[in-house]
Amino acid sequence: MTLPAQTNNDLSDVSKNFAFTTRLDDLVSWGRKNSMWPLPYGTACCGIELMSVMGPKYDLARFGAEVVRFSPRQADLLLVAGTITEKMGPILVHIYEQMLEPKYVLSMGACASSGGFYRAYHVMQGIDKVIPVDVYVPGCPPTPEAVLDGVMTLQKMIADHHPRPWKDNWVNPYEKTKS
Amino acid sequence: MKKLNLDMYRGAIAARFPEANRFQFSESYGAVVLEVPRETVRDVLRFFKEKNYFNFLMNITGVDYPDRQERFEVVYELFNTRDYSRLRVKVRTSEDKPVPSVISVWKGADWFEREVYDMFGVKFEGHPNLRRILTHHEFVGHPLRKDYAADLQQPCSSALPIHFDVGTEPKEKADNLIPLNIGPSHPATHGTLRVMVELNGEKVHRANVEIGYLHRCFEKMAETHPYNQVIPYTDRLNYCSAPMNNIGYCKAVERLLGVEIPARAQAMRVVLAELSRFIDHVVCIGANAVDLGALTGFFHLFTLREKVYSIFEKLCGARLTVSMTRVGGMAQDAPPGWFDEVLQLCKELRQGVSEIETLLTNNKIWIQRTQNVGAISAEEALQWGYTGPCLRAAGVGLDLRKAEPYYMYDELDFDIPVGSTGDVFERYLVRVEEMKQSVRIVEQVCKNMPSGDYTIRDKGIVLPEKKDVYGNIEGLMNHFMLVINGLRPPVGEVYDSTEAANGELGFHLVSDGSGVPYRLKVRPPCFAIYQSFSESITGGLVADVISVLGSMNLIAGELDR
Ligand code: SF4
Repeated sequence: MTLPAQTNNDLSDVSKNFAFTTRLDDLVSWGRKNSMWPLPYGTACCGIELMSVMGPKYDLARFGAEVVRFSPRQADLLLVAGTITEKMGPILVHIYEQMLEPKYVLSMGACASSGGFYRAYHVMQGIDKVIPVDVYVPGCPPTPEAVLDGVMTLQKMIADHHPRPWKDNWVNPYEKTKS
Repeated sequence: MKKLNLDMYRGAIAARFPEANRFQFSESYGAVVLEVPRETVRDVLRFFKEKNYFNFLMNITGVDYPDRQERFEVVYELFNTRDYSRLRVKVRTSEDKPVPSVISVWKGADWFEREVYDMFGVKFEGHPNLRRILTHHEFVGHPLRKDYAADLQQPCSSALPIHFDVGTEPKEKADNLIPLNIGPSHPATHGTLRVMVELNGEKVHRANVEIGYLHRCFEKMAETHPYNQVIPYTDRLNYCSAPMNNIGYCKAVERLLGVEIPARAQAMRVVLAELSRFIDHVVCIGANAVDLGALTGFFHLFTLREKVYSIFEKLCGARLTVSMTRVGGMAQDAPPGWFDEVLQLCKELRQGVSEIETLLTNNKIWIQRTQNVGAISAEEALQWGYTGPCLRAAGVGLDLRKAEPYYMYDELDFDIPVGSTGDVFERYLVRVEEMKQSVRIVEQVCKNMPSGDYTIRDKGIVLPEKKDVYGNIEGLMNHFMLVINGLRPPVGEVYDSTEAANGELGFHLVSDGSGVPYRLKVRPPCFAIYQSFSESITGGLVADVISVLGSMNLIAGELDR
């Protein structure tokens, strides 16, 4: 996006002279990346750190993502923060499916990304077994700064129109087993 | 722990039970253990309760010994809230021989027995709802049996539909009932709780809860990791006050080892525990208020929590999951000047508590939404196995820091707030007062910080310092041996507990003398409290469901483990 050099210093004329040129999809992705509405899917300890990310000190609002929505219908960024168990799996997919396009998933912490240090009988070994993940944030729990970095990475991906084959080729694993 | 008058119990039992010669008293690490034949356990426990010897069922644990003919042991921890005495009752059983359920003696046995069934497959005769509690409904087998591999996963293909337990059918019939599902992904259920209700208009006609959505197999993980490596897992039990779990666990292992940690380590543990209690209550009150619509409180309170996290970070580098204790003491000493900073922080915390009080204590909306909501009597609370702030709000002044003082609590000056009605408002008041008391404790300890070492120096328990590992051959050897062999407590069994933010946090630890725990069972305080939830919201308004839920401070990490 480019802003043309201002020709006139008189502020009242700005509206007449002001114009910018961009590609339409760049404009759209600029809007998208700066107004993500997250659904905080905090299940465990990472969820507690996620509260700090939202809270006063780290303030996710600075990145345009302060409108927290607990309804998947109103959210476009799924923040999975915490361990997902096998029991929770079907519910996570159910939530993900209800989100409207375009939608993104950020996996916060070792557990959500890989099962973490729970190589255990009831823990799903990473949410990417059931839903497509755009950004993985490492840590147990990640520091709030790391989560902010993850959000910025996602913003950059959106701005760059990064291809997302994991998302495009996704099929609901639970339906697959049924058919 | 109070010494039991064994002869009195012996006599009383001999007079009441003809088969008393088959009862076996023994002692183990300071605790009295009574082994009874399986068939009699319900009668024995009822007898103890009726005689007022033990009025509280603290915990039920299963243990698997595959080599024995009757491979399972079911262990009951009994407690007396008046003189703080404890007794451990054991029975042996096998898969096809059910144990009489003690649910008719203590309602609070319900979930504990279901858990033993889920984990081991032990059946309880007379239990109305003996179904799985933690694992998912398609799970096959019993994961805590020794022959179940720790990493044998079983996918679950569907979510459980709304269901209600036997025994919750309401007395009167009603038409137009609307089933309503809340959670496990719902803002007010904090992630992983699921509440199912049937509504008659705005009234809750009947209710049920489903847990286990965060069952991360803590107890199985503990059986596959060396003693010190279990510590990071304990952080993730009650993750709102992680250091307290570290302390509780290490204290149990230390009891088994028979070591006393140095005064400085004790003091550091007290400081960490009380700061944790403070932030745990902050999260509880903040979340409770947010769920009822008071968003300002959230931002105010979380600023305080952030400050405590920063001080933890200064201490050890981690904010939430500090893992600061080691068996035998602490991982390292505090950096210079840290205690002075804590003292500074105390001033801010004090200020913060008074701000909370200004915001909430006299706030009309807050009072109306919480007063007379979720009230519970002292007897009921004891029946269910309540401990901690929820029990104290109901009028029972039980606090292990006073009742069975550990570390330096008996030298400290602090008060235990007690309520009377046990409603949500009083739980709030108790928590606020406890926050003030915690600050008071931290100040006292920091002003008189004992000097000396931060850990014991037993070569078989504690790793040498890094400078010795890299600097001299003896240190290197010592490090090598301890890492290879692991620390090995003697064969034995202990149940040890501390007063955590939610109540009695107990660790039941069985050692077979090897480098990993043979069995580690956690008694999570909110597990016992949450069982009563369905009953306490039935008949109330649906809006109050959220208010009661928040006041119980359910932390899925320790609830589901
Ligand atoms: S990654 Fe660590 S902090 Fe996050 S949920 Fe898992 S165990 Fe908890």
